[in-house]
Amino acid sequence: MLQIKNLHVYYGQIHALKGVSLEVKPGEIVTLIGGNGAGKTTTLKTISGLLTPKEGEIVYQGEKINNAKAHELVAKGLIQVPEGRHVFAQMSVQENLDLGAFPRKDKQGIARDQEKVFELFPRLKERRSQTAGTLSGGEQQMLAMGRALMGGPKLLLLDEPSMGLAPLLVREIFSIITEINKTGVTILLVEQNANIALSVAQRGYVVETGKVFMEGDSTSLATNEEVRKAYLGG
Amino acid sequence: MKNTTNKKNLDAYLTLIAGIVLVLLNVVLLAGKMPAYYSGILRFVGINIILAVSLNLINGITGQFSLGHAGFMAVGAYVSALVSIHLGWPLILALFVGALAAALLGVLIGLPTLRLKGDYLAIATLGLGEIIRVVILNLDITKGARGLGSIPRTTNIYLVELVAVITILFTVNLMRSTHGRALLSIREDEIAAEAMGINTTFYKVFAFSAGAFFAGLAGGLFAHSMGYIAPSNFEFMRSIEILVMVVLGGLGSITGSVVAAFVLTILPEALRGFAQFRMVLYSALLIAIMLFRPSGLMGTRELDVRSALTIFKSGGEKDAE
Ligand SMILES: Nc1ncnc2c1ncn2[C@@H]1O[C@H](COP(=O)(O)OP(=O)(O)OP(=O)(O)O)[C@@H](O)[C@H]1O
Ligand SMILES: [Mg+2]
Repeated sequence: MLQIKNLHVYYGQIHALKGVSLEVKPGEIVTLIGGNGAGKTTTLKTISGLLTPKEGEIVYQGEKINNAKAHELVAKGLIQVPEGRHVFAQMSVQENLDLGAFPRKDKQGIARDQEKVFELFPRLKERRSQTAGTLSGGEQQMLAMGRALMGGPKLLLLDEPSMGLAPLLVREIFSIITEINKTGVTILLVEQNANIALSVAQRGYVVETGKVFMEGDSTSLATNEEVRKAYLGG
Repeated sequence: MKNTTNKKNLDAYLTLIAGIVLVLLNVVLLAGKMPAYYSGILRFVGINIILAVSLNLINGITGQFSLGHAGFMAVGAYVSALVSIHLGWPLILALFVGALAAALLGVLIGLPTLRLKGDYLAIATLGLGEIIRVVILNLDITKGARGLGSIPRTTNIYLVELVAVITILFTVNLMRSTHGRALLSIREDEIAAEAMGINTTFYKVFAFSAGAFFAGLAGGLFAHSMGYIAPSNFEFMRSIEILVMVVLGGLGSITGSVVAAFVLTILPEALRGFAQFRMVLYSALLIAIMLFRPSGLMGTRELDVRSALTIFKSGGEKDAE
């Protein structure tokens, strides 16, 4: 579904990605783990068209998308939930969801997807008319995910959905991620919380200082000595 | 609950009062009983409404801090005036050509500068407004600092009113459309808007050039109202005046821009009696309003004709909700 080869990305003079390669197959949950400043967000932003690579290749559904703009990719089902949620704070929950379906014209499909979102996140349904900025952190994460689902994603890019949430809520969010995946959405998940990320993903990549430092299926990564020491607390 | 009902009632009465004032003004005008001095002021009110509402589209609704509105006004004024003088085209056509030139310049300037954010965009648009003025100052055809005279004074108050109404209707309809929601989402959070599949570059440039179009119209009306224009009419302070109207009325509120344009155009005239203290009083009032109503006179609220109708339906006591 998504192949990335030898990706190099710069912020001005700063060389942030130094040859990242990875692959996501249809139906998978793949996770990208790594410490602060490793280049995880940079990788996602480059895939979703918010950044342009200097070198390398990104292929999505057989098409090279190196220079595609974010809004073009959304229409093709490649949708990102940005780090830090970015809900439209002054707008209601419903207006946020409506904007998630912005590029779509199929009214019935949108209505169906909204039903699905409300099934996955009943709390959003209760709070439809609440201003998004007044939602709790967990609810905002739910809204950010629900809003992305309104766009009808084929490949969903999640950037640190666990950020700043209590452990109980993290588990709830991650069980919903599994649910979303079961409805046929492929997921590329960026996380610092390697424990829980590896528990829902089939495969994972460890990124450090702009390079893929290790890759493998989740169980082998979770039992790997180095990964355990660095990211799983021993 | 009680509070929102009260607010709604207040809005309803304010709408009614605004409506009555408008009708009365027009009756007096049509009856030919309005002294030229007052109808002249009203023309400026209308022109300022067009300027404030169109700047609100850029600054308030789309959240792009522009300080170059007087520049677009100047382009509309000069282009339409030159078309009238040299080609003798009818006013409507001259206005349209002027507005189109301003809009085109809006696209050309918007594409590179709208990448910038906040303060940086403000400074860039400020600079561009000044560049436009300096270019006009140095061209032969515009007659430079001496100013351009003998422009046919074909503007009248009704035309100004009509253009103001068109500007307001355009902006209100835009705000309520899907495109309007895209603009609002850019103001709220540009990253999220882009991630939702909204072509933020397109929408920002669109808002910028639509705002420039109406500023150009206002400039054309101004030129054909004064009969004489000079670069000093379009200095940086002019942009600030328009910005003050937008902020004072409430960023994002069309009603606010209209009310503020009205008040701030009439106020300096009304304060003439205070001679040299006039501008001090004017500034003091601005400070007072911003202190007591930091989000502007209207905040983001709008007055709506339908709200005024509720007064008659329920005697103004109860509200449907
Ligand atoms: N806008 C920017 N300008 C300059 N450098 C940046 C910018 N954004 C990120 N970087 C740098 O690029 C590198 C990778 O950052 P990135 O945000 O991708 O890390 P991350 O893995 O997502 O980290 P975290 O887990 O803390 O979110 C870091 O060294 C960071 O300082
Ligand atoms: Mg990150």
